[in-house]
Formats: sequence, C-alpha cells, structure tokens
Amino acid sequence: MNRKRLQKLTDTLTKNSKHFNKFEVKRLIKLFYTLVGETTERPGSVTGLDRNAFRNILHTTFGMTDDMIMDRVFRGFDKDNDGSVNVSEWVHGLSLFLRGSLEEKMKYCFEVFDLNGDGFISKEEMFHMLKNSLLKQPSEEDPDEGIKDLVEITLKKMDHDHDGKLSFADYEKAVREETLLLEAFGPCLPDPKSQMEFEAQVFKDSNEFQDVTS
Amino acid sequence: MGVALAKSVQWKAAEFGTGTLETTPLNESILKEITKFVEMFIVKHPHEAKFVFVEPLEWKTKLTPSVFNTDYIVSETMVQSEEVDQHRQPLLELRVPQIKVRSFGQLSQLLLIAQDKQLEEARACIEGDIYPPSWELNGKTEEKGEIDYERKGKIYKDLVEFLKDKSTVFSESMSKQEAKRNEEQQQNKTDGKPQKEEPSTSQKTVPGSDISKLEKTQIDFEKSQMTKRLQPSLNWKTSVDLKEHRSSLKDSTEEKHGKPRASISHGRPQLLRKSVEKIEETISESSSESEEDEEATDHRQEANADLPSEYWQIQKLVKYLKGGNQTATVIALCSMRDFNLSQETCQLAIRDVGGLEVLINLLDTDEVKCKIGSLKILKEISHNPQIRRNIVDLGGLPIMVSILDSPHKSLKCLAAETIANVAKFKRARRVVRQHGGINKLVALLDCGQSTAEPTLPSLYETRDVEVARCGALALWSCSKSHSSKEAIRKAGGIPLLARLLKTSHENMLIPVVGTLQECASEENYRAAIKAERIIENLVKNLNSENEQLQEHCAMAIYQCAEDEETRDLVRQHGGLKPLASLLKKTDNKERLAAVTGAIWKCSISKENVTKFREYRAIETLVGLLTDQPEEVLINVVGALGECCHEHENRVLVRKCGGIQPLVNLLVGINQSLLVNVTKAVGACAVEPESMLIIDRLDGVRLLWSLLKNPHPDVKASAAWALCPCIQNAKDAGEMVRSFVGGLELVVNLLKSDNKEVLASVCAAITNIAKDQENLAVITDHGVVPLLSKLANTNNDKLRRHLAEAISRCCTWGKNRVAFGEHKAVAPLVRYLKSSDTNVHRATAQALYQLSEDADNCITMHENGAVKLLLGMVGSPDEALQEAAAGCISNIRRLALATEKAKYN
Repeated sequence: MNRKRLQKLTDTLTKNSKHFNKFEVKRLIKLFYTLVGETTERPGSVTGLDRNAFRNILHTTFGMTDDMIMDRVFRGFDKDNDGSVNVSEWVHGLSLFLRGSLEEKMKYCFEVFDLNGDGFISKEEMFHMLKNSLLKQPSEEDPDEGIKDLVEITLKKMDHDHDGKLSFADYEKAVREETLLLEAFGPCLPDPKSQMEFEAQVFKDSNEFQDVTS
Repeated sequence: MGVALAKSVQWKAAEFGTGTLETTPLNESILKEITKFVEMFIVKHPHEAKFVFVEPLEWKTKLTPSVFNTDYIVSETMVQSEEVDQHRQPLLELRVPQIKVRSFGQLSQLLLIAQDKQLEEARACIEGDIYPPSWELNGKTEEKGEIDYERKGKIYKDLVEFLKDKSTVFSESMSKQEAKRNEEQQQNKTDGKPQKEEPSTSQKTVPGSDISKLEKTQIDFEKSQMTKRLQPSLNWKTSVDLKEHRSSLKDSTEEKHGKPRASISHGRPQLLRKSVEKIEETISESSSESEEDEEATDHRQEANADLPSEYWQIQKLVKYLKGGNQTATVIALCSMRDFNLSQETCQLAIRDVGGLEVLINLLDTDEVKCKIGSLKILKEISHNPQIRRNIVDLGGLPIMVSILDSPHKSLKCLAAETIANVAKFKRARRVVRQHGGINKLVALLDCGQSTAEPTLPSLYETRDVEVARCGALALWSCSKSHSSKEAIRKAGGIPLLARLLKTSHENMLIPVVGTLQECASEENYRAAIKAERIIENLVKNLNSENEQLQEHCAMAIYQCAEDEETRDLVRQHGGLKPLASLLKKTDNKERLAAVTGAIWKCSISKENVTKFREYRAIETLVGLLTDQPEEVLINVVGALGECCHEHENRVLVRKCGGIQPLVNLLVGINQSLLVNVTKAVGACAVEPESMLIIDRLDGVRLLWSLLKNPHPDVKASAAWALCPCIQNAKDAGEMVRSFVGGLELVVNLLKSDNKEVLASVCAAITNIAKDQENLAVITDHGVVPLLSKLANTNNDKLRRHLAEAISRCCTWGKNRVAFGEHKAVAPLVRYLKSSDTNVHRATAQALYQLSEDADNCITMHENGAVKLLLGMVGSPDEALQEAAAGCISNIRRLALATEKAKYN
C-alpha cells in the first residue's frame, strides 16, 4: 500500500474512531495488513480476515478458547456480515475491545450472548453457552443438571422482570450492580493481561507518532 | 449432637431392644480403650477428674461392697465414697446392685478397684447409661441401612458425645484437656516461635464457667460433628487429620506460593476440627475408614435436616466454584454475594462446606475476575473472628499480600480491605509483616502520586484515592502491633500518612488518623508527628462533623500531648477550643473518653489550663465527675488534678461542687482512676477551705486507707495527697491519731522497695512529725532505724524527702543520737555532692539538726562535711545558707571544746 493511501485511510479511520489517536490507528492498520498478508496468499482478493483467521487471532492474541463465543465475537466485528473483517471493522472492533466504555461493552456483550439476535438471552441460549462450564460428574444422573441449575442461578440474579429471559434492560441493570457479570456467559473481551501485552506490543514505538503527525 | 446421638441410640433401640452392646471384636477393643482412658484419667488430669457430673452415671454393678477400700464408707449393702460434692453428696454411691458415679476421679478409682472386672463394669456402665428411657421418646425409627452403617464407625464417637451431652462437666473437662494438649502441641511444633495468641475460638470459650458459653462450645462441637458427616470422602481417622492439620499449620507460617492447597481437607472448620480430633486422639484409634466412606451420601441427607436452607444453597455454589470454569465460577461468586454475608450463618456455612479453601485457591489463579469475586466475598465474611483465623490457618494472607503488587487497582483495594479485616489479631499481623505486607501497604498510600505506575484502562478499575484509603485501612489494623508500627515507620509511612491527612475525605481521614493514633504510642512516632506538622491537621479535623474522626483526632492528641512542645502546638493551632466544646457532647462515650484524655494531657501546660478556664471547660469537667464510664472518669479527674495546681481553679472546682464527687471516687477500685483521684484530692487540699470539706467528707481517712492498696502507684499517690491534708487540716495531729493503726501503717511503708512510695511516705512522715505526740508514736514504731536504712540512695527525690523526714524526726527524744547509731549521718553528708539544690537544703537542715549531737559532728567532720557546707554558706538560698552555717558552727564549737579540754 502506498504511503498516500495509508495516510488517507488513517485519517478517515481516525476521524471515525472514538478511542484511538492517529498513531494508534496507523499501527492497527499496519498490523491488519500484516495479518491479512499472512493469511491471504492471492493478491487482489478481498482484503479481510475470514472467520478462521480471526478466530486464530482471538485465540493466540487474546487468549479466548470458547469456539462458540469466538464465532459470536467474529460476528460482532463483521458488521457488514460479509464473512470477513475488513480494516475498518478491525479498527472499529478493537476500539471497543481495548478502549470501550462500559455502555459500549455492555451493548456488544449482549449482542454476543443473544445468539439468535431476538433481543433476549433466553434460557436455551444460556444453557447453550454454559454447557461446558462445569466439570461433568459421571456419578450424577443428569449430567446437565448442574448447568440447568447454573442457568436458574443466573436468571435469579439477572432476570429482574421475572419473565424467564434476559432483556437488555435486565442485563444492563445486573452489570451496573456487579461489573463482573459483564461477561456472564463467557469471555468475549480480552482479559486484562493479554490486552496489556497487545497494547504494549502494537503501540510501543512512539517515535513514529511524530512521523505521522508531522 | 442430637442427631448423631439419637441415631446411634436408635440403632440400639431398633436392633437391641434391651439396650445391650453387641459383642464384636470392635466393640471389645473400644471398651478396652475406654477403660484404659478412664483408668488413667485421674493420673493424667487430676484437676479435671474432680469435676462433678450434673447427672450421675448409673448402672447395675456386679461388684460387691466388700471390695471397696478405706476411701469408702462400706456397709453390707451400701458403699459411699468419702469424697463428696459441695452439697455433701457422695461422688460414688452403691446400693447393691445399683451404682451411681458422679466424677471421673471416682470412675477411675472404681475401675482400679474392679481390676479384672473392669471391662464388664465399663460395658454395664455404658449400656446402663447410654440407653436411658428418655431416648425412646425420640421415637423416629430409622431405616436399617443407615443404622448399620452408623454402628461400627461411630459407636465410639457417639459415646464420647453422649457423655459430653450427659454432663457439661465432662465436655468442659474434655475441652480443657484438649486445650492443654493443643498448647503443648503447638509449642512443640512451632520451633520456638511463640504462637500463644492463637487459642482456637472453641478453646477460648471453654475456660469460662459461664453456662451459655459452655453450651456454645457444645453447639460448636455439634456443628463440627455435622460437617464431618457431610463429607463423604473424609477420613476422620486421627492420624491422617493430624498430619493435615500440621501441614496447614506450618503453611500458615511459611511462604506458600504455588503450593497446592487442595491437600487441606474440605468442609471442616479447622479449629473446631482440631478439638474434635483431639478428643478422638485421646480415646479413639479404632475406626474403619472404608465403612465411613461407603454410605456417606445417604448420611448427608438426613444428618442435616435441621440446617438452614442457605447452607444447602451455599454448598451447591461452592460445588460450582470447585468444578466450574471461569464463567461458572464468576456466576457462582456473584450469586454467593446475594446471600447476607454479614450473617454468621452464611459466613460459617461457606467455611463449613469448604468454601474458604476454594475462595483462597481462586486468589492464586490468573483470573482477575475470579480474584475480584472471591475477595469481595472474603472481605465480607472476614468480619467474623472465626473466619479470620480460618483464613490465616489456610494461608490466605500471604496470597493477599502478594496481590497488593497487582497492577489492578481494584484488586489491590479488595486485598487491602480484606487484610484490614483479617489482621485484627496478632498472629495475622505477624504473617502480614513477615511477608512484606507492611511495605506494600505503605506503597499503596503513595498511590496516584507516582506516575511510573502503568495505567490500566479497564472496567474493573478504581480511583487512586480509593487505593490509598484501603491501604490506610489495612495499616490501621496492622498498627495495633508494636513491630508493625516500627515497620510502617521504616517503610516511610509517616510522611505519606501526613500527606493523606491533608485531604478532606472523611473515609480517608478516619483510617489515617486511626493509624497515627495507634502509632503515637511510640516515642519515635510522636517526634515524627511533631516534625511532619501533623498536629495542625489533627486539630483541624477536630472540627469535622464526623464523630469517629473527632474521636481519633482527640485520641492522637491525647497520645502526643505528653510532649510539651506538642501541647503548645495544639494551643497555637487553636485546638483547645474545639476540645472544650466537644466536652459538652457526652452521648458518645468513646469520643468523650478521647476528648477528656486530650484535655487532660493538654492541661499539663499552664497556658493551656488558662485557655480551658477561659472556655469554661473546668466547670464542664466537674459536671462529668458523675455517671460516666471509668475511661472518661480517669481523664476528667486527671485533667482536674492538673488544673488544680492553680489557686483560681481550685476555688472554681470547690464552688462548682467538685470536692464531693472527687472524694466519692476515692472508694473505687480502678487503679488508674485512684491514682488520678488521689492527685486531684491532694491538689484541692492545698486550699484550706477545700480541706475543710474533704475532712468533713472523711476524705483523709479514705486517702489513708489507700495506703493499703496493693498497687505502689496508688500508695504513693495517696501518701503525696496526705501531705497537704495534714498541712491544712485543723487539729491535724488529733485527726491523724484518730486513725487506728494509721501511724504504724505509714511507718511500715518505709519497708517498701518502690522509690516513689518511699519518697511519698517520707514526705508524709515529715508532715506527721510536726505533731510531737505523733512523732513520739512513730518513734516507738521504729521510724528512726527505718529511715536510716534508706539513707544509702542515689535517688534525689527520695534523698530530699528522706532528709526532710530525718530533720523533722530529730526533734524528739534521743532520735538524733539514734540516727547516728544507725549510721544515717555519713550517707547524708554525701547528699551534699548532689546536683539538686532541694537536696542540699533538706540535707543541710538535717545535718544541722543532727549536729546537736557530738558524735554526729565527729562523723560529719570525718566525712568532709565542713568543706561542702562551707561552699553552701554562700548560696543564695537563705534556708540553705542558714542551715549550713548553723551546722558548721556546731561542728566548730565541738572542735573548740575538744581542743580546750586537751589543753586543760
């Protein structure tokens, strides 16, 4: 990519980014193209990270392990739903990932957990997301009993209007009371440690900042 | 224990309607164990053996009266022990064939007497007593399956339990015995590290004779017994438990990062377990674990029928904590916080189902969210003293201390807050200190000031002020130990605390001032507090609206105002006025105690007293002489004592009616209060008009009887107070004589080995001896040899008053000669070399009196008195001048006379 185009892209994305400065945006764009370069062999094809490539990044860089959640995170990033994360979606997504406010994160997480996108996290969805969260005890008659119970516990804690499912209002209220419940159904944000490492690595060279602004 | 017991008994009811023990090898061996234990009881625990059972053990014996020896009153069909209880009831009584035994000692002896019939008797005793009819009323017939299980494993334990239930005394003696053992064991175990301050809670409750306490212990036993049953896989065999216990004990004092904590058994309160263990250890070795394991699940359900429902819910949550991934763990943690964690039921439930271990283990993981969740719970439940100890025993503190280094501020805060709760007892504070916790906590105080810290834009973060506040909170708890105070100072805590003191957040100021107040007990701190200009801010915060803050500020001033410069600082910064106005708010007694304390210490400076008078604090103080707790009274009286050094204030105190309540306080028993009251009464007695009132209220007699107080400070203070009384009373001689045995008492106090007592008594004797009749009496009581004996002292205060007393006593009979004979003169001459003018004056006067006797003059001359006295003739002190001159002239006259005699 030539310098002029990069400059222009950086400018555009910086203008649209709430949380990153020009330097950071530039570094993220560079990182994006490095990552894309690694995954797409053929030049000229759509520049973007497909599902697998993105999941790979989530796994190695942000320590995520849950396949289903990672799929949902991919969908969260892939705003235009074209099956790949382009550079704008990348910067935008990471903006939330790394610097998002609680409000932004709540909105994002709720979308991740609302598997069918109907505006509610239903019992079934919860069950689905929590089904691997407990060690199965072979002695138990119903191996899913624990999970079902966990779902009930979560509902008791978060379902304020007692309709058996979580609306965004339910979820928001619960999270405001206890921030730990933000990622109640699985880690869909980078954990603080890998976030720190990522930022340290990507944004490390501040000399270039002058380069960009000059 | 009801459940456990009922079950074992019901088993017998169901299977053996007649209530006999099955003859199985196991039962046999258990019986043998019991017999051995009981037999040795009187030897091993002679004290406990004397405890009398509430109800006797009763059974049909096969022993005949003839076998009983001389310790018993024996007839054909009856035996009674000579040992009786307080109601003169024999502790052993046999009416063939029924026998009643009411103490372990008697039981021991009986088994010794029974010799080869021991086992039979033991069996009969157990059968006879473990199956009292009342148990049948319990009625619930259990399914046989469980009962069978119960049998072999538990008989023994239930028997012990049963005895315990039967007799509180038994349980008491058992617990005592176990407490003793615990202590011994700990001493053995800890490589000489003192661990004395860690008596388990159960131990603590035992020694009190209070019945409710005893009951509590029993309930605790019951609980631990229950929990035991909850744990299917638990192996309660003593040896194993002990090993575990040891390791956990060791762990608590060692660095234990990375060590798997899973080895510590779940679900049992460590300390209570200890007690149960010890009982088992004492008497039981026989239990088969396999049987225990098999059917425990059934057990679990029925054994806990009467536990609160929270218990089950918490148990379930702990299960998810153990077996869940991060997501499930966070859900379980959040859900757990919905329980009322300030309630003891929930706190203990978490512990009893093994939750503490899991929560502490979570702290050792990398999961920030789990750590936060866990600490949020630990922070709440650590308000419970038992839980605190459990946390320390499980090695929770070193992990929390290491979390203080975390880059996450909210984690730091939570860890510090939890440490603040846990470090409420000495052993915990030591662990914090030994793991470098003090330095880290002090570093938290610096939070937000250093820019080097990585800033983490994360959701779970919190403000720097909050971090500093939590650090101060933890330091406040730690600052109750002397070594921690030192460590805080060395870590540079004082300037940081001083800086935080400048903020205006009350919730920050309270722990900061609290810490300073604790630390101000150390000289080092007081100096630093002065140097760091802390007084200014303490004074400022006296004006705060927050009562707790006012209290701590006043307390800190109280601690620091021993120092004169500090007292001046308090005045200069305008601290006296708020103190005086706080004095009028008497509802909060803690604050009142702190405020009156500060006023007391501040009024040591004259200028401050003047201010207090201006603020009309003296009147208010007099008003506080009645209906106040002792802590307040001590300070109020102390302050009045200081104020009454001035005439004006003495008049004020009298006019406000302060004399009567002060004299009334002379009959108290609190030592510090008595010291202050005697001082205050003494100060008032300087005023003849006040003295009249004191005399009328019989205050002098009360003071005099305090000379018999066991504490030397009280004695001395009373003796000092008597001096102005005797000086100012009308007919003082008559008054003194009216105290029967009073003079002898005073003279005998000269045998004390406390310098202050001696000095004060000498001063009292000086005043008493002004009356010739009384001087005659004390001479008869041997005052001269006793005073002479004291002469060899280097204490200037004592020297002065001793010399005055000698000087006064010389005026009777042959006392001058007697002092010489008792070798008081030579040491007195040496007093002239002291640097204290008061000593010089008193000594010169005494020597002048003594020099009326020729032999004394020779002694003085020989000891070089003349030269020393010559120097004093030129003193500006007229009394000294005169006495020195008089003495020299007496010596000179003698010398001349001798010379004359020689030539003639």
